[in-house]
Amino acid sequence: MKLGIHDFSGLVPRELFTWSALPTLKGFVSIIVGGFLVGFGTAYAGGCTSGHAISGLADLQLSSLIAVVGFFAGGLIATHFLLPLFL
Amino acid sequence: MSNESTTEPTTQQRQRQSGIGLLAYPLLGVGFGIVLTKSEVVSWFRIQEMFRFQSPRMYEIIASAVAVAAASVAFIKKVGLKTISGEPITIPPKTLGNGVRYAVGGTIFGLGWALTGACPGPLFALVGDGVPVMIVAIVSALAGTWLYGVLRPKLPH
Repeated sequence: MKLGIHDFSGLVPRELFTWSALPTLKGFVSIIVGGFLVGFGTAYAGGCTSGHAISGLADLQLSSLIAVVGFFAGGLIATHFLLPLFL
Repeated sequence: MSNESTTEPTTQQRQRQSGIGLLAYPLLGVGFGIVLTKSEVVSWFRIQEMFRFQSPRMYEIIASAVAVAAASVAFIKKVGLKTISGEPITIPPKTLGNGVRYAVGGTIFGLGWALTGACPGPLFALVGDGVPVMIVAIVSALAGTWLYGVLRPKLPH
């Protein structure tokens, strides 16, 4: 799948994560909407990747396994259905 | 007199421990930030490769982190290791409930993870890695946790 990303250098695409990209649709969704969902989801799920995927799975907690399945379900939906809509 | 001499060292000890503790947090945090950056876990591209199943890299990193954490947890429990401030290290079990908060909250987190290409730790590491606009994502994430706090009584858990 071809997205509108052309610069593959560095840790993040410069087309999305700069101050000048912030007011654009793709910048707004990547930075503000994405950040908001990370914060809301972490609080609701009671943990993030390190809390659930690493510490929780290492402690064999069922709730962490459910959360990690959720992480990947959400990630796959966003990657394959949401990103192509605005990139 | 004798009472003073017995209480004095423990107060000093406590102060020394909290001094070490104050140093340990930033040192471990700096170490975590370096690991996140050097392993490229903070990279939007690596996260995309993971969700597109184009590279085993992220899966290998997560698997090795879980293996090391599991061994650490087992060691800590066996030896009864204490924290720097002398408290026992315990990982409180999460209350499962009906599991809705983990499934729904986890899915919402996952949507954000793929959109920003970063989870909470990397959001902060990326600011130091030269992506200052991530400060806006951090503020937005804080707004998300705030909204959760407001909606919490109405949400299924």
